[in-house]
Amino acid sequence: MTDSPIDHEIFMELKDATGEEFAAELVNTFLDEAPSMIGELKAAANEADADRYRRAAHSIKSNANTFGATALAELARKVEQGELPEAGDLTDAAALETALATAATALRSLIDV
Amino acid sequence: MSDAPGHLLIVDDNKVNRLLLSRSVELLGHQASVAENGRVAMEMLSGQPFDLLLLDIEMPEMDGFQVLEAVKSDTELRDLPVIVTSSVEGLDNVVRCIELGAEDYLPKPVNKTLLSARVSSGLEKKRLRDEQKRLLERFATTEVAQDLQESGFAIGGKRANASVLFCDIRGFTTLSENLAPEDTIDLLNTFYTLMFEAVTSNGGIVSLMLGDGLMALFGVPQPLTNSAQSAVAAGHEMHNMIEMLNLERRAEEKSDLKIGIGIATGEVVAGYAGTDNRATYTCIGSTVNLAARLEAETQKTGSRMLIDQETFDLLEGADVLQTFGGTRIKGFSDPIDIHAL
Repeated sequence: MTDSPIDHEIFMELKDATGEEFAAELVNTFLDEAPSMIGELKAAANEADADRYRRAAHSIKSNANTFGATALAELARKVEQGELPEAGDLTDAAALETALATAATALRSLIDV
Repeated sequence: MSDAPGHLLIVDDNKVNRLLLSRSVELLGHQASVAENGRVAMEMLSGQPFDLLLLDIEMPEMDGFQVLEAVKSDTELRDLPVIVTSSVEGLDNVVRCIELGAEDYLPKPVNKTLLSARVSSGLEKKRLRDEQKRLLERFATTEVAQDLQESGFAIGGKRANASVLFCDIRGFTTLSENLAPEDTIDLLNTFYTLMFEAVTSNGGIVSLMLGDGLMALFGVPQPLTNSAQSAVAAGHEMHNMIEMLNLERRAEEKSDLKIGIGIATGEVVAGYAGTDNRATYTCIGSTVNLAARLEAETQKTGSRMLIDQETFDLLEGADVLQTFGGTRIKGFSDPIDIHAL
């Protein structure tokens, strides 16, 4: 295990399997979509909508796994399986947002080669 | 395994997942379409045929479980193989997918080797199911074919009441002697196309083709409200179709085609007979023998259609042209009453 937010082995596998150009395109799509996923999570937390909350965390987890963003995926998995917080409690959402920002920076550097 | 390309529908609410799965599927040589939730997927499925469904579970509007239920309860769609691709937590969710009829479950992120193997096997299943359906539809209507698929292909019989129809082209041997082999086959194909249409449009199935004739069953395997009425209606339709064919043939200065029809109603033993590898749906019993004899009898009496007393009793307002009381029929010890229509 490394301290890098991205498991390079998983990311290389993705590149090998789908092509470098496509992998870069996919990363960009994720980076475009990610803010709205965090937004969805926050909105669900504010409305205390358990299904929507779980689904938003699930989406982030699923994509994080695709790119080898293991720390982000693990955190998202905990949120997905955890209890719905009190309405308006954005602690989990904020933590995910931070982890996402770290993963995003690392991913950007991986496709800017 | 199956290398033939298939058309897959990918259902996922997440854009990254949709793109990645489409790419993976296309790299395997298949065509991919996408839907962003279950509702959109069901609309697409009703509009065009697909060979395989790659289905996510967690989705807004209509989730994967609901799609599975909808697909498997739809007779048009339920042969469509479904592979669930998801990262839902918990074995119970995987079990639920399989119980709802999914072929397979692939955890996300989807491993490309596993995907390739599962897609190939799914497409192969689809191909075999389609092939089976096509074979069935060759001798039965879509409804009967579905009925047979539902009840399974158990070799075995049952007693049932049915009407049996035999139809034969008169003097076909003489007719074909003056024809080129390809013209003979061509004429037979036209004949069979017309006769099949008459049988299936009246709820029957063609169970045997014998050279220039055929045997059709009404009331088995699918029950009909009045099998005798349906068989007689099919018989009339056969004659009408032959008359239309003869109009064309006369225009081409060809001789008229003539057919004879025999119909009998009663108890039969019906079922699949054969081996596990090659079986045919057939019917046996004295009703079948009688129908065959009546068809032969039309040559002697010069009738278009001969029916037995049981068939006659079930008809609502038939125009009987002539009744031959106490006719002796080969293989039947007592003389019987037969009617010409």
